[in-house]
Amino acid sequence: MATQQQQSAIKGAKVLMVGAGGIGCELLKTLALSGFEDIHIIDMDTIEVSNLNRQFLFRRSHVGQSKAKVARDAVLRFRPHINIRSYHANVKNPEFDVDFFKQFDVVLNGLDNLDARRHVNRLCLAADVPLVESGTTGFLGQVTVHIKGKTECYECQTKPAPKTYPVCTITSTPTKFVHCIVWAKELLFAKLFGDKNQDNDLNVRSNNSASSSKETEDVFERSEDEDIEQYGRKIYDHVFGSNIEAALSNEETWKNRRRPRPIYSKDVLPESLTQQNGSTQNCSVTDGDSMVSVMPLLGLKNPQELWGLTQNSLVFIEALKLFFAKRKKEIGHLTFDKDDQLAVEFVTAAANIRAESFGIPLHSLFEAKGIAGNIVHAVATTNAIIAGLIVIEAIKVLKKDVDKFRMTYCLEHPSKKLLLMPIEPYEPNPACYVCSKTPLVLEINTRKSKLRDLVDKIVKAKLGMNLPLIMHGNSLLYEVGDDLDDIMVANYNANLEKYLSELPSPILNGSILTVEDLQQELSCKINVKHREEFDEEKEPEGMVLSGWTQSPATNGESASTSNNENPIDVTDSSSGSETASKKRKLSETEPSNHNKETENVESEDDDIMEVENPMIVSKKKIRVE
Amino acid sequence: MDGEELTEQETALYDRQIRVWGANAQRRLTKAHILVSGIKGTVAEFCKNIVLAGVGSVTLMDDRLVNEEALNANFLILPDENAYSGKTVAEICCESLKDFNPMVRVSVEKGDLSTLGTNFFEQFDVVVIGYGSRATKKYVNEKCRKLVKRVAFYTVDCRDSCGEIFVDLQDYKYMKKKLEETVECELNFPSFQEAISVPWKPIPRRTAKLYFAMRVIEVFEESEGRKHGECSLLDLARVLEIKKQLCEANSVSESHIPDSLLERLITGTTEFPPACAIVGGILAQEVIKAVSGKGDPLKNFFYYDGEDGKGVMEDISNSFTS
Repeated sequence: MATQQQQSAIKGAKVLMVGAGGIGCELLKTLALSGFEDIHIIDMDTIEVSNLNRQFLFRRSHVGQSKAKVARDAVLRFRPHINIRSYHANVKNPEFDVDFFKQFDVVLNGLDNLDARRHVNRLCLAADVPLVESGTTGFLGQVTVHIKGKTECYECQTKPAPKTYPVCTITSTPTKFVHCIVWAKELLFAKLFGDKNQDNDLNVRSNNSASSSKETEDVFERSEDEDIEQYGRKIYDHVFGSNIEAALSNEETWKNRRRPRPIYSKDVLPESLTQQNGSTQNCSVTDGDSMVSVMPLLGLKNPQELWGLTQNSLVFIEALKLFFAKRKKEIGHLTFDKDDQLAVEFVTAAANIRAESFGIPLHSLFEAKGIAGNIVHAVATTNAIIAGLIVIEAIKVLKKDVDKFRMTYCLEHPSKKLLLMPIEPYEPNPACYVCSKTPLVLEINTRKSKLRDLVDKIVKAKLGMNLPLIMHGNSLLYEVGDDLDDIMVANYNANLEKYLSELPSPILNGSILTVEDLQQELSCKINVKHREEFDEEKEPEGMVLSGWTQSPATNGESASTSNNENPIDVTDSSSGSETASKKRKLSETEPSNHNKETENVESEDDDIMEVENPMIVSKKKIRVE
Repeated sequence: MDGEELTEQETALYDRQIRVWGANAQRRLTKAHILVSGIKGTVAEFCKNIVLAGVGSVTLMDDRLVNEEALNANFLILPDENAYSGKTVAEICCESLKDFNPMVRVSVEKGDLSTLGTNFFEQFDVVVIGYGSRATKKYVNEKCRKLVKRVAFYTVDCRDSCGEIFVDLQDYKYMKKKLEETVECELNFPSFQEAISVPWKPIPRRTAKLYFAMRVIEVFEESEGRKHGECSLLDLARVLEIKKQLCEANSVSESHIPDSLLERLITGTTEFPPACAIVGGILAQEVIKAVSGKGDPLKNFFYYDGEDGKGVMEDISNSFTS
């Protein structure tokens, strides 16, 4: 195996690793042991305690330090003579441009989010550098090889998008615990501790909401001398009591639904908590400490224990008190963070009280944290296996063994006796807007949608562009960059607030837009089709992008087209709409080892998603020929 | 369920994996005692994985003195001659592993496995033999089987980019999720001796060639009195001779075992680190499954071949003949 030719290919190779987390630690170790001598590694993250059970290059004393740097130092201890360069930075930073990528012989991804994966895919295509991509969740994992023009690119197949929920389900009619979590995290927590200027539809929708809006604002406003506990109780009574009461008055909503029960603090909690739990006032935590926690104060030890309504209510009030007592400076700009203990406690309690109100089973803090934090299940063994498979593919890439490239699935249950299943890579998808030049179709109401909607919901969210530029004919409608002068910036900002049909160069039915990202060297055309109406439940964005992609699947399943012979056929019991030329069907449903409640909660495009997050598709049944 | 609860510290450290296998499985892991013998690259990977997973204790056996060769594919040994000279592989690996997870007790046991009595093995829940001779594997497997307590027995062997895992869980009952409900399953494993003595003729032709090739190498090393991996291309003629004899004795054609595969196995004597990571990962996963009693275990051989990229499970027992 270790032939001369192979050894010299390895020694001479310059490799870029993106990600120094779960897969990254294993990968860096295996690369170094295999004889690689020039490795560059990018990771923006710092080390956390929950990484230590699998990211074996890190120790408790490293918590808070750069993953890329600590991983480098750790590997140099057992392979001191190789060159490892670490970058504690976001791979999307402009310094990592096409020229930067061009210096490498192969790029190896050990990333945790779709956004960065897509970005690296585009840079690899633009720089014409082979990419080996990977992902794991629990016992499942996969490794794929992407070479421009030879195999499909990472985006040739649509990827499972984070699940989103209709707004009214979250605000008014939750039926699952995850709905309560989304409400507690995205609405209540954001309202109380986040940016006050952001729109926030916290009130239960009722027909006579117009007049009560002003009143509501006052509820959340805390006057300077107001007692924190009184304030907390007022919030409690408002969101779990009177809001529910108001919602109940709308009989139409509850015709075919179970009616929620309003809960008021006086019915659950004793008169005054301060006397009982005076300890919260004088506990010795420093201001701004993210380790602040109410659990020890309330004698709660086990995060896997289920709390009753009273315990949840105590946690709710005490956590709110602690935020004001100990972390006052942060209020107004907090966002939920799964590693912020107090935030997790507050969100767990709020979600549970709401769940109680709506007759939904309660959950432990441990479970709630997993759902709220989009925590991806991860074990060391799968990461180690996947890292080994990445190196095997990387060596084939360096030796240019094109016929031997494989994508490999690591399975939890053997299929046809196989636990590691190699599959020949697919050819590029001719309809892929990233690696081919097929135009996309956008259905949109050009009179009611603003340019801002197009930029945020399509260009950034759907097309994954980082620094976009939008052209209509010869007219430049929008662009992002450091080198723009003030007049241009003002101009573009003004355009953002205009309806498409009212732009200087109006976008109407039949318009063709060119959308580009200069950093990613990606350009694509969008054919605009005007449409008046959109279904609020099924098409909540008010626009539909199609072409390479299916319209957003509502039942958690996506179909993809491919016209080459595919030996893999992932069949799922549910029957989706299938396109005629379809050869394989990749299900987006959760891998089977997930708890059924642990769905991907809607998340912003930040890196809430944990390491090793999957590109994984569930493989309930896979047939190999 | 199993008595004490996990500590806060354990829950925080093992958070992500508890989400995979649950708190009960984690509790069982923290009580498991594991004996590991023969620490080369694949076993080093295995040790790292189970120490990270949080087993109760790991006992290491490998009295070889650390030299250049021992460094190959083994990231547990730092290449500092001043630090390792005069120490055994087990001692050096023990120090590194302790550092990975302070909650796991890692220790060293000296001596030769094949001289130890039944009592010794009784201390453990899992025994893993890396790179043992055929005689050692048989001996230890028999000792484990004599105990009233069930000791899970594994062997692992990597050559070139190929790897073999053998598993003996004796009579094994475990819980398995079937659709919505959890059902109890039972499997009967053959011993190592039984598994390698199955007549070849009835074994399906599609069975991994590595199963047969590894038996040839085993016989070669035993008959020539070689240590594990002590062979070269010069031995090819003798190895092919043994293959011929075994094929004839089993009434199968010699094409059953490709010569090229045997050649790879005797010339690729240094381990291929990516294969070590893969096979060491699968082995650790199997041990975790067996200890926690959750999920289908591997029965009873696993083969990985870097050439075709397949990781395949083979059930080799007398079921073919009956």
